[in-house]
Amino acid sequence: MSEASVIHDIGYQRYDGPRLGRGAVLRAIYGHGLRAAFGLGRSAKSKIFPWLVFGITILVGVILAAVRAYAGVVPLNYVQYADAMSWLVILFVAVVAPELVSRDMRSGVLPLYFSRPLRAADYLGAKWVALVTAVWLLLGVPQFIMFLGAAFTTKTGMSGVWNELGDLAPAWAYTLIWAVVFASISLLVASMTGKRAFAAGGIVAVFLVTTPIFGVLMSLPSRTAQELSGLASPMMLISGVGTWLFKAGNTGLPVGRFGPVYAIEVVTLVAACLLLLLARYRKVASL
Amino acid sequence: MSLIATEALTKTYGGRVTALSDLTVDVEPGVIGLVGANGAGKSTFIKILLGLLAPTSGTARVFDIDPANEPDKVRNRVGYMPEHDCLPPDVSAAEFVTHLGRISGLPRSAARERASEALRHVGLYEERYRQIGGYSTGMKQRVKLAQALVHDPDLLLLDEPTNGLDPAGRDAMLALIHRIGTEFGISVVVCSHLLGEVERICDSLIAIEGGRLLRADRISAMTEVSDVLAVEVAEGVDELAGALGRLDMKVTRDGRLLLVELTADDAYDRILRAVADLDLPLHRLDLRRHRVAELFTPREMADV
Repeated sequence: MSEASVIHDIGYQRYDGPRLGRGAVLRAIYGHGLRAAFGLGRSAKSKIFPWLVFGITILVGVILAAVRAYAGVVPLNYVQYADAMSWLVILFVAVVAPELVSRDMRSGVLPLYFSRPLRAADYLGAKWVALVTAVWLLLGVPQFIMFLGAAFTTKTGMSGVWNELGDLAPAWAYTLIWAVVFASISLLVASMTGKRAFAAGGIVAVFLVTTPIFGVLMSLPSRTAQELSGLASPMMLISGVGTWLFKAGNTGLPVGRFGPVYAIEVVTLVAACLLLLLARYRKVASL
Repeated sequence: MSLIATEALTKTYGGRVTALSDLTVDVEPGVIGLVGANGAGKSTFIKILLGLLAPTSGTARVFDIDPANEPDKVRNRVGYMPEHDCLPPDVSAAEFVTHLGRISGLPRSAARERASEALRHVGLYEERYRQIGGYSTGMKQRVKLAQALVHDPDLLLLDEPTNGLDPAGRDAMLALIHRIGTEFGISVVVCSHLLGEVERICDSLIAIEGGRLLRADRISAMTEVSDVLAVEVAEGVDELAGALGRLDMKVTRDGRLLLVELTADDAYDRILRAVADLDLPLHRLDLRRHRVAELFTPREMADV
């Protein structure tokens, strides 16, 4: 048959190709969420904020690396860097968490998700991991830049690079704790409302309101109260765990012998947030 | 094999509000109209079929699978178009439908391909890269239909697909649904509170009212019952009624109209002869098929 004589059938074609399982669907939601976190595939307007924050954290990382390379002083180590960026992380999750969950609620997309073979836990799990990844990248990439700066200017050769790597790895783990805690809290707050502005305000409020409590406890004369004060604020909670786990990090929060208490609170806090999220979506998923 | 079979299906919310009560239907593949007033229980019925709600009692089976026990198996083969707005404004239709195709388990490239195809079938090929926020209501309804089609389901559940459309848009949407049901080989359940519009495109009809089944049957079975001739004369209505009555014809009066049951082939001639014999001015003589709408007229009205 010659090329010209082919008649193209433009009628409906049934699909008999492969249908992928749960893992692929989870990866699809995860990829979509991670892209949405940085405004990829969205309008230019929704790219501005995430990239502004990401730009600032990278810029700070570059400056720190440069200062260290030229002046030989270390203004902030990897762990301290994560703490110093805490307010930027709060702003970031305040914008990105509503982007991931409130937006779906607002536009009524959820019935389309849950009328497909997808469970509430799958949906939430994928969104949660996406937000954790986004926050981790926000801090982890600048930390890597700092590492590169240090590694290329080290005067002790390979052993210097290894030393740096030994500092970077725990800092990345510390950043992961940041990401997990912040993602859990902010997703829970964002899932309460379909209005993105309210959700963002709520997230900032949660972190903002807890800080003065920490301040008051810290100013008490009792040493125990001071050592436990970090439990009152999510940010200080993470610092406390950092102090306990990564002695070299030097986060500056005294936790005394209460380190495990901090760790337990982190675990329970994250678990509670995820369970509440799940309970919330059980309701939403049944429409 | 029956497409949807329910057995004494009952759903009550909080033990007080009854959405569905003792609903037993058995429908074959084809285009099925699900008709009832707002609040009759249509959406509840669809959500039970999708396994989103569990029935209070009774059973439902779709493709002979129980959606309450194996929702994933049912949902894999079903496309759902909700009644309400369900589209994010700030993505393009192509990207949105592709994403939902992947949620349905299509590989990335297949999802993209089928999204384009689905959008083409609903008539949105040119506009598919524009953001949904800028679409008209008619275009949005088409995107909703395309996302239900993207994973090539065997059954489409459409909840009020003509909602918010103008008359031309309604006709186009109904024609499209009819095409999906007949040419694509996909069964369709169309929910509507407008009987007139679904009756045109459906093979069978489920009529519910207040959660109870009014009637479920094939359209042909509903409309074939004896045709009626409507006769209108300017004067002498009573005389004509008497004359036709003497000819053994069943006559009912409806205002100035006489409704005559068409039982024999020569009924036209005999009516015309009776009118001529009485020398009455004839205004109208037309054939009326029993309309499905008569299902909904209260019995007392029909008796008058």
